[in-house]
Amino acid sequence: MSLLAVERIKLFSTRSPYWCLGAILVAALAFGLLIGLGDSGRQAIPFFALRGVALGQSIFMIMAALAITTEYRFSTIRSTFLAAPKRTTVLLAKTLLLAGLGAVVGFVSAIGAFFLTKALAKQPPEPLVLQGEVWREVAGYSALFAIAAVIAVSVGTLLRQSAGAITLLLLWPLLVETLFTLIPTVGPKVGPWLPFAAGSEFVTPTSNIAGLQDFLSNRSAPSPVQGVLVFLATAVVLWILAAFVLNKRDA
Amino acid sequence: MIEVSGLTKIFGPTRAVDTLSFTVRPGTVTGFLGPNGAGKSTTMRMILGLDNPTAGQALIQGKPYASLTRPLTKVGALLDANWVHPNRSARSHLRWMAASNGLSVKRVDEVLETVGLSSVAKKAVGKFSLGMKQRLGLAGAILGDPEVLLFDEPVNGLDPEGILWIRQFMHSLASAGRTVFVSSHLLSEMSVTAQHLIVIGKGRLIADAATADFIAQSTESTVRVRSPQLPALADLLDRNGIQTSPAEGALIVHATPIERVGDLAGTAGITLHELAGVQGSLEEAFMQLTGDSVEYGGHQFTAGIDPMLTPSGVPAFAATGAVQPGAFQPGAFQPGAAPPPRAAPADQTPEAKRQDQT
Repeated sequence: MSLLAVERIKLFSTRSPYWCLGAILVAALAFGLLIGLGDSGRQAIPFFALRGVALGQSIFMIMAALAITTEYRFSTIRSTFLAAPKRTTVLLAKTLLLAGLGAVVGFVSAIGAFFLTKALAKQPPEPLVLQGEVWREVAGYSALFAIAAVIAVSVGTLLRQSAGAITLLLLWPLLVETLFTLIPTVGPKVGPWLPFAAGSEFVTPTSNIAGLQDFLSNRSAPSPVQGVLVFLATAVVLWILAAFVLNKRDA
Repeated sequence: MIEVSGLTKIFGPTRAVDTLSFTVRPGTVTGFLGPNGAGKSTTMRMILGLDNPTAGQALIQGKPYASLTRPLTKVGALLDANWVHPNRSARSHLRWMAASNGLSVKRVDEVLETVGLSSVAKKAVGKFSLGMKQRLGLAGAILGDPEVLLFDEPVNGLDPEGILWIRQFMHSLASAGRTVFVSSHLLSEMSVTAQHLIVIGKGRLIADAATADFIAQSTESTVRVRSPQLPALADLLDRNGIQTSPAEGALIVHATPIERVGDLAGTAGITLHELAGVQGSLEEAFMQLTGDSVEYGGHQFTAGIDPMLTPSGVPAFAATGAVQPGAFQPGAFQPGAAPPPRAAPADQTPEAKRQDQT
């Protein structure tokens, strides 16, 4: 419990988390604004309105990875292990803090973007109401941010350097998984099951909504729950690996 | 109390620390001496559980560091003053350390006061000078009021004022009955700081002795005499079986108490113009002891491209050592407020020890 407080003090006594959190909100709200105002809001379905939140998820991963890689960058990880020699517990505290923060930030920015779009869109294809599947599409970001934080902390722990961790965390979902789907026959079948693509299914609508028919047809994608479980399993495996390596390695 | 037994660390082909065993006792400042690259920092990191030893173990108050609960209240360490986040304030840095061991924020302000950083407590550490960072590191080390303290090269890069401050700080900690273990590659520094010495080279133990004994055993004292009747004096000493060697207008007398030289001259009615005891350079003696143990010695550069920068045969640590004049005299060594350290047994002379090890 005290280690959670330690990680909280460490995180919020430097400037970069504030910048990252600000950037996440700006990205979320800017997309909400764009979708709400553009074309009198005719594209304003929750999935599009929250694209900025998906971008915010990447920014949050950077922040979570930096929380551990900067400790290596400035060797404060050694001061940390002098104060708390049980390394698994330290990693657990850091992960829990960032996952918890992610859950809050993901929820707040998604809700914010949703209501901003709702307020601005004059002619939405369907009324923007928080009910049924829409709840999952909005609040689902809470879970995705939290799981993404676990992945980012694990990758940061394994790689120990900011540039490498950030590159991997950005290029993997944006480039590697996207390019994978281009591989003939195997690509389209396996691609949607790769961790980040699968995770994003948790905030993707399943019923046919105006403007999404093409996108939703002809896919062998996992269901939202299957998707989030694949994402979660990836995080758990990476975290266990990170904890193991952290204990083996010299600080 | 720190007990190190059979501690070994192997990095690839290098045995950085090689079956090292020693004990650091409470109530004294124990120096950890060795050339750069001898394995001092690695040993300290293993004692503190940061590095995993390849073999052997290090215990603090009978326990490995990793199994201490609230370790900052038992062990304080300053291994590197730069282990701080440059954008974090000094106070925040100490605040998270305090929180991790259940210490109050009041204690943070106390130690900031002790090391004289209260006025800059809210400033980012990145703007601190090395001396200020060192003070912050000391504040962190004493935060939990620990019994055991470890410092790695604490005076490196400090100005004379800072060196004096740290030296006094360590003495006050030891005289309060704490265990202080401090490393350095400068023998001159250790001779005024430590009461007991653990000397290592290439990861192996070279000597484990009281500082005064180590100094006495590892340096030769000679007597320098000048006299208008120099040939007669040389003859007289020779007849008494005393070995001498001529120097410019003087005579160097070996292995003889200064009193005996004066007495002999007086009895024979020989006038003396100078009679002075000369202490051999400790740095030289240290090099002789650890000479073949210098990991990155100057001899590797004998075929060097730029002889101006790398004089051959001079070990790197001797060339970089900021030697303070006057620090060599054993008389300058302060026994301190602590009880005198245990005398080294006769069979534990540095030479004997060295032969045991090799």
